[in-house]
Amino acid sequence: MKTANGINPAPSSSSIPDEWFTLKEKDKDAAEQVARPSLSYWQDAWRRLRQNKMAMLGLIFLILLTIMAILGPILSPYEVNTQDRPNQYQLPSSEHWFGTDAAGRDVFTRTWYGARISLFVGLVAAMIDVFIGIIYGGISGYKGGRTDNVMMRIIEILYGIPSLLVTILLLVVLGPSLFTIILALTITGWVGMARIVRGQVLQIKNYEYVLASQSFGGKTSRIIRKHLLPNAMGPIIVQMTLSVPTAIFAEAFLSFIGLGIQSPYASWGVMANDSLGAILSGNWWTLFFPAFFISFTMFAFNVLGDGLQDALDPKLRK
Amino acid sequence: MLRYLLKRSLIALVTLWIIVTITFLLMITVPGSPFSDERSSNETIQANLEAHYNLDEPYHVQYLIYMKNIAMLDLGPSIKQPNQTVNDLLGRGFPISFELGMVTIIVAVISGIVFGIISALRHNGIIDYLSMGFAVLGISIPNFILATLFIQKLAVDWAMFPVATWSSPAHMVLPVAALATGPMAIIARLTRSTMLEVLTQDYIKMAKAKGLSPWKITFKHALRNALMPVVTIMGTLLAGILTGTFVIEQIFAIPGMGKYFVESINQRDYPVIMGTTVFYSAFLIFMLFLVDIVYGIIDPRIKLHKKGGE
Amino acid sequence: MEKILEIKDLHVTFTTYGGTVQAVRGVNLHLNKGETLAIVGESGCGKSVTSNAVMRLIPSPPGKISKGTIHFKGQNLTEFSEKKMRMIRGVDISMIFQDPMTALNPTLTIGTQLMEGLRKHKNVSASEAKKKAIEMMELVGIPNPEERLKQYPHQFSGGMRQRMVIAMAIICDPELLIADEPTTALDVTIQAQILELFGEIQKKTGVSIILITHDLGVVAKIAHRIAVMYAGKIIETGTKRDVFYNPQHPYTKGLLNSVPRLDERGKLQPIDGTPPDLFSPPKGCPFTARCPYAMEVCDKVYPEQSVLSDSHQVNCWLQDKRAKHILAESASKSF
Repeated sequence: MKTANGINPAPSSSSIPDEWFTLKEKDKDAAEQVARPSLSYWQDAWRRLRQNKMAMLGLIFLILLTIMAILGPILSPYEVNTQDRPNQYQLPSSEHWFGTDAAGRDVFTRTWYGARISLFVGLVAAMIDVFIGIIYGGISGYKGGRTDNVMMRIIEILYGIPSLLVTILLLVVLGPSLFTIILALTITGWVGMARIVRGQVLQIKNYEYVLASQSFGGKTSRIIRKHLLPNAMGPIIVQMTLSVPTAIFAEAFLSFIGLGIQSPYASWGVMANDSLGAILSGNWWTLFFPAFFISFTMFAFNVLGDGLQDALDPKLRK
Repeated sequence: MLRYLLKRSLIALVTLWIIVTITFLLMITVPGSPFSDERSSNETIQANLEAHYNLDEPYHVQYLIYMKNIAMLDLGPSIKQPNQTVNDLLGRGFPISFELGMVTIIVAVISGIVFGIISALRHNGIIDYLSMGFAVLGISIPNFILATLFIQKLAVDWAMFPVATWSSPAHMVLPVAALATGPMAIIARLTRSTMLEVLTQDYIKMAKAKGLSPWKITFKHALRNALMPVVTIMGTLLAGILTGTFVIEQIFAIPGMGKYFVESINQRDYPVIMGTTVFYSAFLIFMLFLVDIVYGIIDPRIKLHKKGGE
Repeated sequence: MEKILEIKDLHVTFTTYGGTVQAVRGVNLHLNKGETLAIVGESGCGKSVTSNAVMRLIPSPPGKISKGTIHFKGQNLTEFSEKKMRMIRGVDISMIFQDPMTALNPTLTIGTQLMEGLRKHKNVSASEAKKKAIEMMELVGIPNPEERLKQYPHQFSGGMRQRMVIAMAIICDPELLIADEPTTALDVTIQAQILELFGEIQKKTGVSIILITHDLGVVAKIAHRIAVMYAGKIIETGTKRDVFYNPQHPYTKGLLNSVPRLDERGKLQPIDGTPPDLFSPPKGCPFTARCPYAMEVCDKVYPEQSVLSDSHQVNCWLQDKRAKHILAESASKSF
């Protein structure tokens, strides 16, 4: 092969048939063909989310929980608040699947009732956060300049206010109810979302297609709706998923310090708080079921949020 | 740096002023508060209240007096316990809560960072999976459930630790563990993810190309950059730990401020609720301010940026 | 001439979820003492991977040197332990990175970052290190070195940062300098200054340089020899004169035709298509799909090296005497 000092342009390749040295017919299509089928952003995100076992576990748990929250109380023969003193502290059995509590109430029924409350509080609070956050953050980021500056100073100040303290104060004054708990949770809760939306909008608004739309005289509200929001959707969904467990935790925490949802509702926090004394006397199930569902629901939202974060990150697209 | 500090302290003051004003506004609207027309049945208490809040004056004068009192660190009397002021309660309860909180934050930060670094360096290894699985659990289980679990298993069933109160280091183990698990898990996850990101940076590759040892690369080049996001969430974590002390002190019967605060909520002892809220807000705002300063120290870029902290 | 570096049959693979990427597929290269060799190619052709392999900085996992040897001054680096490699990095071989904005640690002063390599490898006192650091900063053309030592990277402009990166690379007097796209991230005017700086440094220290780039303009300025890389293989090597004035491989010709030149009129001709997927590289010549002279044989068998002269080698079937008619045929077909 390598002849020293060789003027040897032809490689030693006598074994190769001469007829191979003809011009190849160009196969145009083959060059243009894309190696893999192109997936839309959402299809691709879903494909990646499905590969994440933990996130799928969380998603399935949440779907089942929602179904049980709707059907559980209907299927059960017991009423949520019917007391049955003689039957207090029954062990879980075929009669009472999760046992009964100090007042003889069926823990199974109350658990699914609690799921309704917790999911309702969590979802509604998260949705209000998203709603306010998108409007505030969208305007702040899109308008820029002085408006943005003032709006961000306000956010900075609100951010410094310890939200749970304000929540406590509000509940003390307004009295605890489903409505006031959601109000108290959202009054500071939207700040984080507004920051995220603003960040996204700032990033996206300089992209050329947005500038193009602007130069054609597109209306601000239309540009925000049609261009900015769809692109900012990923981080918003993630933040929303992660703010549901925060609300669920806050509700349970507030029940614990006596500011929770009052009867006739049965939230998980109220159930856990009621049964604190009970476990020391050995009636573990009264605490176990609400505690398990609070923890596992938060776990499910957390792993689903993590999974969505990875799945919706365009940078990680492979 | 000076400009940055001035701006930060101004924001802190405005935040505090807003909180003080909100508490005042809420209190004049709520029935049963010292500002409402209801009279306390206890003569001494009523006399104290009138002397403290000047209840005969119009609201705007009351507001100014209220502000002045707070500026002079006088948080007012209790309406449920005669001759007790909020300052008395804080004087008794806050040192204990502070101790609980500080031990918790130290435990959480140190163990969180250590777990985070190990996970990042053993990325996708068994230690990484274990500690991150543990961390997700730590974030998901509320501290009051952990606390009950600890009492039931470690204190009652296995008698490894005392059940309640706050009198020796052994008494501290369970409440601190219950309170520190959540923040520790958050710090561990954050440290891991930022560490992994930092380790892919060009300056880390450059440090490797200089022939530096892995030890030096991790601690001199990577850790400092990886810790910046951890510092920024310290404020939120501190607030979480502080509110956590409310329930933890309740569960473990620790005579701290959190316990008094929850009692005052249940008794609707409004001046104590107001005073404690204002005090805790001021404390947290001050802590946030400290965190900002620490951030300014570890990130040299802050000094030049006029819009620091963003 | 003494060979300071010799790479033989180097293979580097990366194992990913999607399969194994064969990033470098049998690279043969050598570098003489005091010489500048440019490795040229499109992004993703394996040129950076090759240089990282020399430094043994391939992230592992997923990357791995699966075959081949890298001899530096007679020692086979592929057999070195990580610990032994650390004694080579920064002292005997150093590296300059593409983007000076990210190559410096934002939280440490310039001085700390400049001196840490020196303190680690050479047994010098703090004051000696500082003296050497100031000397280096003067060499790379940074005014007020004493003051600037105490500053942080964000207080430096892009060009100044790249000068600092270069100073850090040469402070231990290495014998081999690998520069990975050292000017790509800089303004055009700064690019020229930095390239001049490389020339000066080489004149003063006699360091050998491997320059990784996709920019033939940069190559023309400072390279002595050129290796053209495509899809993980070196397809043509030669002196600057060989490659610029007598390119043999259709890909090399394509590269040269796609660079604007002031001294010639005519249309710029881009190379159509994209490089092959290195998950499953073609068994023949990887350029076949884009080559205007592609023959039946090109798809089936990879061409062996044709030695045109002592300095000039190419891997292309057009060198075979049976392919003589192809050039003419192809030209007539396209009109």
